[in-house]
Amino acid sequence: MKQVDYREIEGGLPFYMLVGAIGVFVLAALGAAYYMEHNGHWVTGMSNQVIWGTPHVFAVFLIVAASGALNVASISSVFGKTAYKPLARLSGLLAITLLVGGLAVLVLDLGRPDRLIVAMTYYNFKSIFAWNIMLYTGFMAVVGVYLWMMMERKMNTFTRAAGMTAFIWRLTLTTGTGSIFGFLVARQAFDAAIMAPMFIIMSFSFGLAIFILVLMALYKWADRPLGDAIVFRLKNLLGVFVAAVLYFVIAYHLTNLYGTENHGVERFILLDGGIYTQLFWIVQIGIGSLLPLALLYGPGGKSRLWISIACLLTIIGGLAQIYIIIIGGQAYPMEMFPGKEVSSSFFDGVVASYTPSLPEFVLGFGGVAIALAATVVGTRVLRFLPVSLADDQVDPHHSATDAA
Amino acid sequence: MSEESGIDIYRRRFLSGSATAAAGMAIVPGVFLHEIGHAKPAADPVTSDVRWGMLIDSNKCAEGCNDCVKACNDEHGLTGHDRPATDAQWIRKVKLKDKQTGHTQTLPLLCQHCEHPPCVDVCPTGASFKRHDGIVLVDKHICIGCRYCMMACPYKARSFVHETLQDQLPHAPRGKGTVESCTFCVHRVDNDGTPACVEACSAENHNAMVFGDLNDTSSEISKQLRQHSTSQIRADLQLNTGVRYRGI
Repeated sequence: MKQVDYREIEGGLPFYMLVGAIGVFVLAALGAAYYMEHNGHWVTGMSNQVIWGTPHVFAVFLIVAASGALNVASISSVFGKTAYKPLARLSGLLAITLLVGGLAVLVLDLGRPDRLIVAMTYYNFKSIFAWNIMLYTGFMAVVGVYLWMMMERKMNTFTRAAGMTAFIWRLTLTTGTGSIFGFLVARQAFDAAIMAPMFIIMSFSFGLAIFILVLMALYKWADRPLGDAIVFRLKNLLGVFVAAVLYFVIAYHLTNLYGTENHGVERFILLDGGIYTQLFWIVQIGIGSLLPLALLYGPGGKSRLWISIACLLTIIGGLAQIYIIIIGGQAYPMEMFPGKEVSSSFFDGVVASYTPSLPEFVLGFGGVAIALAATVVGTRVLRFLPVSLADDQVDPHHSATDAA
Repeated sequence: MSEESGIDIYRRRFLSGSATAAAGMAIVPGVFLHEIGHAKPAADPVTSDVRWGMLIDSNKCAEGCNDCVKACNDEHGLTGHDRPATDAQWIRKVKLKDKQTGHTQTLPLLCQHCEHPPCVDVCPTGASFKRHDGIVLVDKHICIGCRYCMMACPYKARSFVHETLQDQLPHAPRGKGTVESCTFCVHRVDNDGTPACVEACSAENHNAMVFGDLNDTSSEISKQLRQHSTSQIRADLQLNTGVRYRGI
């Protein structure tokens, strides 16, 4: 394999305009966060019934996608597929920036974001949240070291060890994120061990979809060659991940459907849950899973446009999936009195209503903007992107001999 | 003779009266001290010698009566903003109707003060905590408002303060952007009082709520728990709740 030449992307007016345009979304998000904190959360769609709302959907999506974005680097360093090696640096960068974006949303939605230092200094070690705080900060450090090993030639020999550490760390991290819901015994839709592995496979899919989109966008923007060989490899892999997520979704619902106690919540999500049922069948399954599979593996699979659309749809399907898990799971009433119809002034026994408010969306998109802005600035100041990813630079068959 | 017997009777009455009075003098302080034995000096730490609990008899809970809820709101200054979805409710009246038989009943639902509270398990900072005497509270100084405890509570017993607060009561401090729930009126209990909801229920002569020390076998609540069949809500979770119910 030829020596890969990495270069920063060009600066100048177009770069600043791009960063400025993304920055507008970041500023809007800060404004939205201030508005929500200043007035109190009653101005949002969130309530004492639906406690976590749209910001959490974006935050969890970004955090899950962050660990998935690292996969490309892991495939290169851990599994020895050298065709992916030129992409490993961008993969590491995206992993950090997506995580930062997700955490920013999470923190800005706290009731007391000013007490972030409390979250850093007071730990209840039985809390999965507390573990996650350490897993998230540790992930950034581990991936940072991993990037250093990759980017500093003298340190290259440690790349594999650092890559292995980062790979194990990211699996642990996504297990932690899935367990936020998996460990909740109170609610019918959560409390399932499958949450952890399902979140891992979701991360593979969402992270890779974002990676492919960002890769194609950056190479188009920087006007650098990006060959079909690498794009087709990535999109075929994405198809496998999308199908794997579908498998886990089927396993989750089938397991639930077998036990009578879960029939209520399953009926709610799959049959008569209104917006949640529509989101499930139309957006998550139809637009977000089956359509991307058709696009990636069908005749359109050779077109960059259709590949981009498939990635975008995977992302939209992923957001819908997390929306259904988090918000659908809260909207369904808690089963406190089996066999009884329950009513109260506190919305017991009824499906909780939730309408996402504009500030929540603005904050959520702000997290995406933070991730993108940090990625663009990162590629400008450090050598993350190869000058060329043309087919002759990336030999897909090289891995066989290398791995042997 | 009759004069003597009159004196004797007088003496006898006087002596027995004195003896009763003396016995009373000897016993009453003991009884009294025993009663205030529950109250601990403010400087002493809370111990696990007591475990505060509540027994709610749903058969005695009158439909349409909201006195416990009103008493709680008054006690803690939970004024609300006519926004039921976001206004705090530490205690609420729940109406149950059996799907098979149509039998209806009501009961107050509040923080169940679990021995193994899920809210305490999940709280990242330790702001949700359980006192040694079993009362589950939120330390408003280190609550970051993440609401994970509200996701974890199987009883939907917690509220998030969605609004800017005004005119707070000194004994019931609250915090915008933090989570709160029933404190078992800890400010009263620590001063040998009973929770406001229980007091209100008794004042109406409904007596559907009994509060007391579950560890004290002679307490009214322990006696009733021994005598009657009671249950915990979501007993399947084995949280060993401090609040027990009769009639559900």
